[in-house]
Order: sequence, then C-alpha cells, then structure tokens
Amino acid sequence: MAGEESRLRVTKTDGVSRVEFLDRNILDEANIQKIGEEISRVVDEDDKPRLLISFANVDHLSSAALGTLITINNKVKNRGGQLRLSNIDPQIHEVFVITRLVNLFEIHEDAEQAMASFS
Amino acid sequence: MAEPTQSPQHFRAELSRDTGEIHRFTGEVVGAAERVGYSKAARFAIRLALEEAVSNAFKHGHAGLDPSLTLLAEAEVTPDHIRLAVQDRGPGFDPDAIADPTLDENLDKPSGRGLMLIRAYMTRVEFNEAGNRIEMVYRPKGEHA
Repeated sequence: MAGEESRLRVTKTDGVSRVEFLDRNILDEANIQKIGEEISRVVDEDDKPRLLISFANVDHLSSAALGTLITINNKVKNRGGQLRLSNIDPQIHEVFVITRLVNLFEIHEDAEQAMASFS
Repeated sequence: MAEPTQSPQHFRAELSRDTGEIHRFTGEVVGAAERVGYSKAARFAIRLALEEAVSNAFKHGHAGLDPSLTLLAEAEVTPDHIRLAVQDRGPGFDPDAIADPTLDENLDKPSGRGLMLIRAYMTRVEFNEAGNRIEMVYRPKGEHA
C-alpha cells in the first residue's frame, strides 16, 4: 500500500493494520497532511477498521500531528472501529498527558500489549 | 573538559515557510542549548515551543496573506535562560480568545493545542499588544548546572 514516497510502514496482522513512522520527527505540516491521508486510506480499507499506530523511534510530535491523530480517531470511531497507540516515548507521552489526550486515546506500552487489547 | 561559555548567544532569522529553513534555525538554537548544558527534556521543550510558535504564526498569523511573507525568529541562549521570540506580519490575535483544548467537549477537536503546549513547557509566555509577537522564556528547574 505504501508508495515510494511514503513516510509510513503499514503491515496487517490478524486483521489489525499496524502503522509505523519512518521519521523521528513528525513536525512539518506538509508531511503530516500526507501521513494523515495515507492512514485515512488504511482506515477506509475495512468496514470496522482495527488500527494500531506505533510511535517507536519517534522523538518529536507537533500539535498538528496530534490534530491528525484526532481526525483519524474520529474517523475510526465513526466506522465502528478501534484505534490503539503504542511505543510512545516518555517525553511525547507527557504531551498526551498535558493535552489530556490520554483520555481520548487508548495508549499501550508496546505493540504486543496493544494487539492483545483488540476485541 | 571546557567550561560552557557564559556569554549569550544570539540567533535571528527571517524565516519563510520552507520547512528546511525552519528546522535549521530550530536546530541551531537547540544545538547551542545542548552545548551550554541543557538537558534532553529542556531541549525537547525548546524545540517544541519554537516549532509551534513558527507554525502558529504562519498558519494563523499569516492566514490569507501572501504566502511568500517571512516572519522574524529570534533566540538568546545562556546557561541560565533561553529567550525565544517569533513575530509575524499579520494583524495579530487575542490569545485569551482561544478555547481551552483540554475541556472534555474540545478533546476531539483537531486544532488549538499549539499555544497551550507552549505555555505548559515555557517558564514565561507573553504577547505584544498587537498580538503578532510571542516572547517565550525558558529557565531550567535545576536539572542542569
């Protein structure tokens, strides 16, 4: 699914689409928009999408990236699906705490734990 | 090992929307902070504040204006504090008019978090009267010498 300019790695295991980022910094608007469109296409592939977004190796995340995650979360929910986040660096996790987005997203320590949480 | 220099280092640039240019400026400021001993957490905070301020300035401050307009970014790095400023060429805005993104009813709204993150990570944040210049100060909380 990923084109040659993709900034994502997408794999599918046990009915769950797992998305990983290739960049350490997810900051600039143009890239974020592209990432959002790409994940959105992954969500569109299934009736009740089950999506895991892993942040392994991501060091920085801007508020625009948070906005894209929220848009994806809304889309997954509207389609009756489930979204999990995992492998979030402690400093980035603090951003989720400060913004109270820990209350919006289901966040797991690692991908295995997140995979086990899908119903 | 060399003692970190005590003299302030100043950075000033007219930035365009070119992301390479923005990251280069941020990288220079964060690099200077590292050289005078700021921790990883402090550098995370500084990068975040600077990137968010520049992003807000282009996205909101310059909304509807000529996309080739540049903005002014300034930084002063000392072992004791870091001062950052971003000034756009737009008409300015009222920072108090922004809805609190942490309220339950705003949690699923995709925008409006940049300024609250800047406020959370910086020691002091001020705007000029017009609302088109943000000044931010970071003082370490004793986590580095």
